[in-house]
Amino acid sequence: MIFIVIPILALLALTAVAIARIRDLWAAVMFTGIFSFLGASWMMILDAPDVAFTEAAVGAGISTVLMLSTLALTGKKEKPVKFSVTPLIVVGITGAALVYGTFDMPDFGDPNAPIQTYPNPSFIEKASHDMSHGGHGIPNVVTSVLASYRAYDTLGETAVIFTAGIAVLLILRKSEDDEEVKKT
Amino acid sequence: MISFPIIRVITKIIIPYILLFALYVQFHGDFGPGGGFQAGVIFASALILYALVYGLPAAKRVAPVVVVEKLIALGLLLYAGTGVATMFLPRMKDGHEVQANFLDYESLNHNIGWLQPLSGQHLGIFLVELGVGITVTAVMIIIFYAFAGREPVTE
Repeated sequence: MIFIVIPILALLALTAVAIARIRDLWAAVMFTGIFSFLGASWMMILDAPDVAFTEAAVGAGISTVLMLSTLALTGKKEKPVKFSVTPLIVVGITGAALVYGTFDMPDFGDPNAPIQTYPNPSFIEKASHDMSHGGHGIPNVVTSVLASYRAYDTLGETAVIFTAGIAVLLILRKSEDDEEVKKT
Repeated sequence: MISFPIIRVITKIIIPYILLFALYVQFHGDFGPGGGFQAGVIFASALILYALVYGLPAAKRVAPVVVVEKLIALGLLLYAGTGVATMFLPRMKDGHEVQANFLDYESLNHNIGWLQPLSGQHLGIFLVELGVGITVTAVMIIIFYAFAGREPVTE
């Protein structure tokens, strides 16, 4: 286990530094794709295939394509920037605060952590009863939590995606698209 | 990229499998990992691949902007509509008929006669995941169209 965990986390850190340092924007976009795939691998190790799936599809797939199509509209090289010490200080302080915050978190896999003890009985125990009707139920607890127990949240998420799509349409839509609509 | 024969042929071969995999992720989400969001993104990526290789006009003939725009709203309507439908269908609890809440799938139990004992939860989750899938697919496609359809800014 440790032979997988350490290389993946090290590669994640290296890729992040490479993205920050590199001036060729095409290469930087490719590195963000690699970063997403490494993140997806990391999610798999944490036993979260649903999240890994989303990360691989959205992070490495769609967002890379969108970044590349943006690059096709702008330039391929980042403007050379003067070295400045202020961003380094800001990032250092923020990072230190985040690391300090993790000290209060329970250890990874701690059986006494709140996430393991609450709610009691857990969704895993409840779902097999709640979700079945005459023996035909839903075996996947993640889906039943997402779409049934927390259906309001998922409705909100879908509304967020809807709003994002409408906003992009309003901002980026070309006028000739409107003419196409009028013609049809 | 349409002038590269290898890319063109390989794209034609793999697009059906991408679409099939998206449908698998969509409708098998109750049993395995996946669901509407992931399936929508995978489905949209197949169309984006088609647009990258065969050009934006070809992709717009497959999925016209007018249709995709309607689908954005249709998915969300399907989700919210399922919630409204559960409120108006009778829900049995301890032998009494009670008023069901918004998105309380229990009232979908047994209300459809020709489908044999189908859990209302199962039907409800199927419908809302389908709604999520439709909205996500449409939004991803429309965002890609919006980005890819713009002319480069000349310096």
